[in-house]
Formats: sequence, structure tokens, C-alpha cells
Amino acid sequence: MHETDLTNQATPTYTLGGLQQGAPCCLPKPILDVKGLRISYRGVPALDNMSLQIHKGCITALIGPSGCGKTSFLSSLNRLTDLIPNVRVEGQIEYQGINIHDPSVDVRALRSEIGMIFQKPNPFPLSIRRNLEMPLKAHGVSSKAELGERVERALTDVGLWNEVKDRLDQPALGLSGGQQQRLCIARALVLEPRVLLMDEPCSALDPISSGVVEDLVLRLKGQYTVVIVTHNLAQAKRIANYAAFFWMKEKVGKLIEFGHSQQVFEAPGHELTAAYVSGVRG
Amino acid sequence: MTQLRRNLVHRRSLDPDWCLGAMVYLAAGVVCAVFAWILFDLLAHGLQSISWSFLTELPRSSGRKGGISSVLVSTLLILLVTMVVAVPLALATSIWLSEFTRSGGRLVAGVRMSLDVLAGVPSIVFGLFGSAFFCVFLGLGYSILAGGLTLACMVLPILIRTTEAGLSSVPHEWRQGAAALGLSKSAALWQILLPAAMPSIAAGLILGIGRAMAETAALIFTSGYVDRMPESVLDSGRALAIHIFDLSMNVSGGDQAAYGSALVLIVAIGLINLLALKISDALLAKRVVYA
Repeated sequence: MHETDLTNQATPTYTLGGLQQGAPCCLPKPILDVKGLRISYRGVPALDNMSLQIHKGCITALIGPSGCGKTSFLSSLNRLTDLIPNVRVEGQIEYQGINIHDPSVDVRALRSEIGMIFQKPNPFPLSIRRNLEMPLKAHGVSSKAELGERVERALTDVGLWNEVKDRLDQPALGLSGGQQQRLCIARALVLEPRVLLMDEPCSALDPISSGVVEDLVLRLKGQYTVVIVTHNLAQAKRIANYAAFFWMKEKVGKLIEFGHSQQVFEAPGHELTAAYVSGVRG
Repeated sequence: MTQLRRNLVHRRSLDPDWCLGAMVYLAAGVVCAVFAWILFDLLAHGLQSISWSFLTELPRSSGRKGGISSVLVSTLLILLVTMVVAVPLALATSIWLSEFTRSGGRLVAGVRMSLDVLAGVPSIVFGLFGSAFFCVFLGLGYSILAGGLTLACMVLPILIRTTEAGLSSVPHEWRQGAAALGLSKSAALWQILLPAAMPSIAAGLILGIGRAMAETAALIFTSGYVDRMPESVLDSGRALAIHIFDLSMNVSGGDQAAYGSALVLIVAIGLINLLALKISDALLAKRVVYA
């Protein structure tokens, strides 16, 4: 039943659905299954043996203090860790049943399925239009009509279309910080990924832009699976269906607790989580 | 006078900021003055020999009379050979250095060290090497090709280091962003990284071209000093700098033509710099709007 809901939502309209608030809505069906993940840099462990499941169509928030492996975990999910020299990723990550470290997996195709948004907006030094067209062309879309249509849809989805439709050929770096971050989200969405990894997407933005991006993330729920790192606990509480709490133990990042966001925030099962979410520590 | 007033009023002692300002202005002034002096000297002595026929006629009487057309053609041919060989090699090497290697590798350190040593080698040594390797060993003889290849070796370190510096200064976020969108390394390079590094590449080109145009020692033993019009790159050809050297050192009564040639050389280098800047600007503009 949920499946049909999803497809109905996806096909006819340009824009995403309306704002959804609150209660966990999503399928308890894992899209990413992480088992026994260990990450180390130059032989120094950064993230210790952790397992969790990311559920399809949900927002999963990763919370915890800086330096406890949240970003490492996030970037291991689409193998962006491959870019870092001397990194070692052990354990298994399955994306819809496929081991992403299998030699037969095409990393570029994987990354078009699992997009990523960074802390600092990073639009390319190209025009707004080219920022969105370039990834599409790289993934084999060449028809002008299709390019135009998908660019418009992605920009509409992030609420940027009306702001930029008259200046698509202007440099993307001329946009404001909040607009740049929404452009980056559009750039990821234009490839129609299934999962979006967001690494503190609001931390470099002012409160208003941050609110706009937060609303956007909420509207992504259902159609997209979102994994978001955030230091803003109130935000995590507002938008997440699931929450994962990371903490540093003996200089290694550890997953302390994972569960429904309501449970993690209101009835944490671990004293560290309780201290962190109530603001006593961290 | 109140205490406050005494504190706020400017003290007429030696202000360190004033000293620093004076020193840097003075230094900049000296640099400009040296250049202005050279230029003035060249203009004062050389302007009278510049004419259309000076540029288009063949040299006569060892360059005392006639023009410098064959010398200009040889110079441009040598430069062409140099750039055609050096630019692709430099581009590829700098891409390898900045995008394909991990810092701390032994090969990287080796390549970097050889580049630094190469950059410091006196041009006469390049001349000897070029003469032994290109002219004799490869059998190219005294030729524009041998001269161009020798200069290519000489400008490679400049081109590689500037291009590499340009590529390394491109924000890492763009590489990450490109990878996160599933772009290939080559797409990221051609569409984002190289265009972003264009100003540095242009600066390197300007330095390299300037050095190649002005080179004398490395060319004496390689491209030779025959002042006839070259028929191909396998002919010997006299570069402008060698022409100036020959006129002022070996040809009595050649000073006038030497000044004229020097002025042409300076103007040519200026024009090529301007052109390189324009091209990089145009590429830059194209990149931002549409590339």
C-alpha cells in the first residue's frame, strides 16, 4: 500500500508533496544495511564496529559531537571515502541487497543512486544551468528537451525555480549561501537518486535559509531516503524518523544508540544519549 | 590638556606603519624605474630603426643593413616547436602530480626534485645537452627543431610548476562534489578543475614564452645563427636574441640594428603576454557563463 502511495506521489506533479510533519511515516524496509562497519585512517581507527539499517523513505538523523565518525560513516555509504588516501573501510554495506564494495559495482552509478550534500555549499564555478546539466550529461542524458525539463523540475523541487529562472546562465557562485545550498540539493536531485546523504546541510546557513532547507528535507521524505548529520538537536527532533547517536569512546567513534527518533530523544536507552540530548554533555 | 586628549593625539614619533609603507612604496618605485629606464633607452636608440621594411626585409651585410624578417620567422618557428611540445607534456605531468598521486610518494618527490633542479639549470647547460642529444645523437643538426626541443626542456619546469600550483589551489570541495555526483575524473578535470586553474596556466605560459623568446645561450649550439629565411623546421634559424647578441658583439656598426631588434623583441613579448591574458580571460568568461 505504501508502495503505491510512493509511485503516485512521484509521477504526476513536478513538485514534491506538501509538508509532512511528525510521526514516523515510513516503510520499515531497509534500503541500506550496514554490518560491522569499521573505518580507519592511516591505521588509526576512527569508527568502531557498527551496524545499523537505514529505512526506505525515512529521515535518519546522525547526532553526536564533532569528530566521532558521523561524516566518515556518511561518506562511506556512497564510497566517497575512496577519495581519501590511506583510508580503510571494513565490514559490509548493502544497498538494496547489493554489497557496494563488490568489485562489479560501478561507483559512479552508485553515487548517482546515493547523492550527497556537503556542509559548505559547493556549486561549481559554472552557470546555474550548467551546474545541473553537467551531471545529467555525464550520466548520458543528451536530449535538449529532457535536459531543460529535468533542470526545471529539480529547481522547482527545491523552490529555486522562481528565484533563478531569469538568470539560469548567470554564475552559480553569485547566488546567496542558502540559494547555493538549495542549488546543490537540486544538483543531487536532478540525477533522481534514491538516497540523499546530507552532511550538516544547514550549518553554514543563516536561520531563515536553514529553515527553508529544513522544510525541503521534510518534503523529500517519502520519495527519498535521507540520512542527515546535524548538530542542531531541535532540528533532528523536528524532522527525523530515526536517530543514531554517535559518541567518542577511547578515541574511537562509536554508535551508542539507534532507534525511532521519538524514543532516542524522549526515552533514551543509554545514559550518554540521555546526557547529550538533554544538553548535559556534548 | 586632559589625559584622554593626550592619549588620542597622534604622536609624531617614527610610526612603524609609516616606515613599512615607505619601504614597500620605495621598492615598487625602484622596480618600475628600472623597467622604465630600459624601455626608455631602447626607445631612444631603437625607435629610429623601426620601419615596415625593417620588419619585412631580409638582413644584409651581417644584419647591419636590411631587416629582420628571417629572424622573426625563425624565432616564431622555434617558439611554436617549443610550445607544441612543452604544453601538452607540462599539462599531463601537472595533472599527474596534482590529481593522480598521493602526497609523500617517492616517485612524486623524485619528479618534483628533478623539476626544481631543472628550473635552476643555467641555459648554457641546456644548450650543451640539446647540442649533444638533439643535434648529434638524434641527428637533427643545427635546426629550428633542435632549438625548439631544447627550449621545451627548459620551459617545462616553469609550465609544470605553475599549472600544478593552479590545480592544487582549486578547492577540494569541487572534486568531492564532482565525485559525489558520479562524474568521472576526466569530466571533473576538463569541465571544472582545468578551467578553474586557467589563470595560473596562463601565467605559466606567459613566463615560459617570455623565457623561450629571450633565450640566447641554449640556442647558439642548437638552432644556430644562420640568418637566411628558413624553409622548414629542419633548417638552421637565427632567433631574435641571438641576432641581438651577434650584432652587438661580433658585428662592428651593428649597434643600431641591435637596438631595433631589441625593441621588436620587447614589444613582441609584450604582445604575446597580452594575447595570453586575453585568451585566458575569454576562456574564463566562457567557463562562468557557458563552457
